[in-house]
Amino acid sequence: MAFAWLPGALGDIAHGAATTILLIAVTTLAGTLLSILGAAGRRNGPLLLRHAIAWYVEVMRNTPFLVQLFFIFFGLPSLGIRLDPILAAMLAMTLNMAAYTIEIVGAGLDAVPGGQTEAALALGLRPRQVFVKIVLPQALKIIYPALTSQIVIMMLESAVVSQIAVRELTYEADMLQARTFRSFETYFVVTLVYLAMSMALRRLLVTGGRRALGAGVS
Amino acid sequence: MIEFTLWDIVRNLLLATRWTVLLSLAAFVGGALVGMAVLFFRISKHTWSRRLASAYIALFQGTPLLMQLFLMFFGLPMLGLRIEPWTAAVLGLTFFASAYLAEIWRSGVNALPRGQWDAGASLGLHYLQELRLIILPQAFSITRAPTVGFLVQLIKSTALTSIIGFEELVRTSNAINNATFEPFKVYGLVALIFFLMCFPLTQYARSLEKRAAVR
Repeated sequence: MAFAWLPGALGDIAHGAATTILLIAVTTLAGTLLSILGAAGRRNGPLLLRHAIAWYVEVMRNTPFLVQLFFIFFGLPSLGIRLDPILAAMLAMTLNMAAYTIEIVGAGLDAVPGGQTEAALALGLRPRQVFVKIVLPQALKIIYPALTSQIVIMMLESAVVSQIAVRELTYEADMLQARTFRSFETYFVVTLVYLAMSMALRRLLVTGGRRALGAGVS
Repeated sequence: MIEFTLWDIVRNLLLATRWTVLLSLAAFVGGALVGMAVLFFRISKHTWSRRLASAYIALFQGTPLLMQLFLMFFGLPMLGLRIEPWTAAVLGLTFFASAYLAEIWRSGVNALPRGQWDAGASLGLHYLQELRLIILPQAFSITRAPTVGFLVQLIKSTALTSIIGFEELVRTSNAINNATFEPFKVYGLVALIFFLMCFPLTQYARSLEKRAAVR
């Protein structure tokens, strides 16, 4: 074990970690938004849309993320859609995450008692207001812990996008070990960085959630 | 350039699927065995042993599987072991699976009422007998759905072993794609093969869940 290379590599590691954080931040926002639309569409949309969303969820949940990534990055250009690696990674991560969070958000929507909707309608709110102001906040509060786990899982999964040359943490590790010939030490350090990031992310989401959604969020 | 017909692509992919299946099975069996050991530590009466097992589980659940595979692939040779992609893949996935399976089964053990332990003790069973005859059979039975669900996750995870050079479905598809330049078709077929393996298991897990909910 030798770590003499480490001080000179800190900049690269920090840069890679920043890209990983960017990826997961974009994925979290876009994925959550998409899954709210998806879960609502699956409950209230036209029949065709409901079936389409159900199939989308099944296909994404039953195929590996790596294959989805390759399909989007290598496959879409043959349809004339050429994406930057980082955009392809964000798209693949968002689509993958949405498939899982559609189910989670849906479970939350189902868990809000029907009386809440009836009461809100009786007070004269429009259906859209009822969803956005009454049902959704309660649903999000219920599912928040599950959503948190999914975000952390997605952060760990993002290591895979190094395979399409997105310069995130794992990619930087690959480059470093090729330069230092210290493969084990390099991956060991980067694994610890991931561990610290996943623990910090979890803590951040829990405290942030408590502040935004009120007490009782764990 | 060699011409590939659709059948050539499918046939080669199916041949590679054997390795994906074999690796999934080996990792699941290995993971179940190691996971049992971790479970024993995790539910032990000694605080230090529970802490150790918790740390083990947190370590594997808090780092990317890809990193675990890299550490296995580059780390074991440092211990003087000669290692092939296959060995690194099986060992890496085994440890990964053991952490998740131990946690799933622990939730089953925790869900059992305290009275089950007391009843066992009052019958004069010692700790290991209680576990073997009373606690574990029930814990396994109520966690069957998440265990099958994890198997699906494990099958999907085998795709990552292509990155450390194990010749399974995804690595073969990369090679075919490099020869045919038809990524849409090749990766579409790979996704289909994975779907056909995973979807029945997902449905099975769902039916187990429903049955458990009725009970």
